[in-house]
Amino acid sequence: MKILVGIKHVPDTETKIKIGADGVAIDQAAVSKWVISPYDEYALEQALLLREAAGEGEVVLVCAGRQVAQQTLRQALAMGADRAVFIQDDRFDLADGLTRAKAVAAVAREEEPELALFGKYGVGTDEVQTGPMVAELLDWPHVSAVSKLDLDVGKFTAEHGIEGAVEVLKGSLPAVITCEKGLNEPRYPSLKGIMQAKKKPIATKQPSDVGIEDAELGADKMLVWESLELPPERGGGKLIDGEPEGAARELVRLLHEEAKVI
Amino acid sequence: MAGNILVFVERRGGQIKRPSLESIGAARGLAGTLGGSLDALALGPGAGDCAGELAGYGVERLYCVEDPAVEMYAPEAYAACVAEAAKSSQATVLLLPATVMGKDVAARAAARLGTACASDLVEIEVKQDGTLSGKRPVYSGQAFARVSIPKARPAMATLRPNVFSAGEAEEGRQAEVISLPLPLAPEQIRVRTVEIKKAAEEELDVSEASIVVAGGRGLKDPENFSLVRELAQALGGAVGASRAVVDVGWIEHAHQVGQTGKVVSPTLYIACGISGAIQHLAGMSSSKVIVAINKDPEAPIFGVADYGIVGDLLEIVPAMTRAVKEQNG
Repeated sequence: MKILVGIKHVPDTETKIKIGADGVAIDQAAVSKWVISPYDEYALEQALLLREAAGEGEVVLVCAGRQVAQQTLRQALAMGADRAVFIQDDRFDLADGLTRAKAVAAVAREEEPELALFGKYGVGTDEVQTGPMVAELLDWPHVSAVSKLDLDVGKFTAEHGIEGAVEVLKGSLPAVITCEKGLNEPRYPSLKGIMQAKKKPIATKQPSDVGIEDAELGADKMLVWESLELPPERGGGKLIDGEPEGAARELVRLLHEEAKVI
Repeated sequence: MAGNILVFVERRGGQIKRPSLESIGAARGLAGTLGGSLDALALGPGAGDCAGELAGYGVERLYCVEDPAVEMYAPEAYAACVAEAAKSSQATVLLLPATVMGKDVAARAAARLGTACASDLVEIEVKQDGTLSGKRPVYSGQAFARVSIPKARPAMATLRPNVFSAGEAEEGRQAEVISLPLPLAPEQIRVRTVEIKKAAEEELDVSEASIVVAGGRGLKDPENFSLVRELAQALGGAVGASRAVVDVGWIEHAHQVGQTGKVVSPTLYIACGISGAIQHLAGMSSSKVIVAINKDPEAPIFGVADYGIVGDLLEIVPAMTRAVKEQNG
């Protein structure tokens, strides 16, 4: 079975974000560490588990991003993926969801996998769009934020959490599945894996190679990031002193009378 | 030219989910600028029966697809219905609640319509020409991005639950009901919901609650989650948790707040024994009022808290529960 896995290159979730000079993007230089978007690790791990269980197959990565994203692709190759397709353009970071999805879908059409796995969203921009959009562009079924996945010949059963319950869906392959925490425990790359990753192929493409016109990433961008701002400072909060019983009572009184939230 | 605005209404078990009414509330505020009709779409058998309730919140035309194929969630069919309704209603703006279902349908429908969607907005504005702009939290709530959709139509957005007001329902209003056929053939629906497993105990979900009481490692022992539950119960709120305690198995992942968990914006968030790692703050820093109870005065959670108590939560939390119960009489 051939499995396509989407990888996004994102700032480590511990990163303290600084706003860049243009006031629109983050300051790239202030990010000390870049990582595979955490949910993409569940997607990759699932692909590796499926390949191992089948004893055959190929795990192909796809990534649309800036040049340095190649380092993140190497990390994913070190975890055990076979090869990667990399669509390189700095402007993918703030592209609209559909343009990014079009690039990924074009790679999927060429690769013809039976399953395409993504993280439930790329952390940072948190848009929650790529997986379902790719599925629609390919005219494939999809299920999002899956925490349990069973495959059978030509079909699948997937579970995902909804508000206060778990929904079970059944569908046919090929399909797009986006992955949620709980699906598996992503592995760490082994030393051998890291060594092997250096020799694994990364096919680099330009947006025009996957049918993306230059204007779609520039002048005709459908969703425009106007500015980035820091949240209003919180804090200056009230600390309540005293013995526990008294402090608890005072807090409840304040929540009722001052904040009026209970 | 006047532009219409369409809102996707999430129904589960025949009930309209609250975030959909909030989206209608937000749409009502925008409809004046657009100068057109406020439309809604509801799916599944009996969807047309919602017309009265939705009219009360300002809906003028209700589109519905009552085919049994869309009784439960089917991603392809739902997205096709949304796209079809957007065309029928000639919507220039299309809104969905940023719930699990809403976000999923929005992305797929946007691809079907070839348009853009601004995700998880906490503020929204429109111009008369249908240009949509808004503010959305990014980078774990460390920043807000202002985004806009200048040309693509319908301009789409999902709206974060608990942020927009549904407003008060008015009696005696009527909405026109417009029935649409299922816009795709049964064989084009290749994935369907076959079962919904409810939690053993019917619990309020953290993402839907207006009050969340959350526990972290400071609870010291999984047994002590009962203290958090009791306070949540007394307040009519939901139980949340930090990643640390979910990872060690004290409580299920469904309760986790933060990155790799759920994002919540309740009116009141009470963090008990949660230090406030950046990934946790990602999930709750947009709460209206934040309370921190922690024995470590240096814990980062105090940096975002409106009220705090430095001390032993094993004493403070039960004392709060007693005080709330007394207050409730």
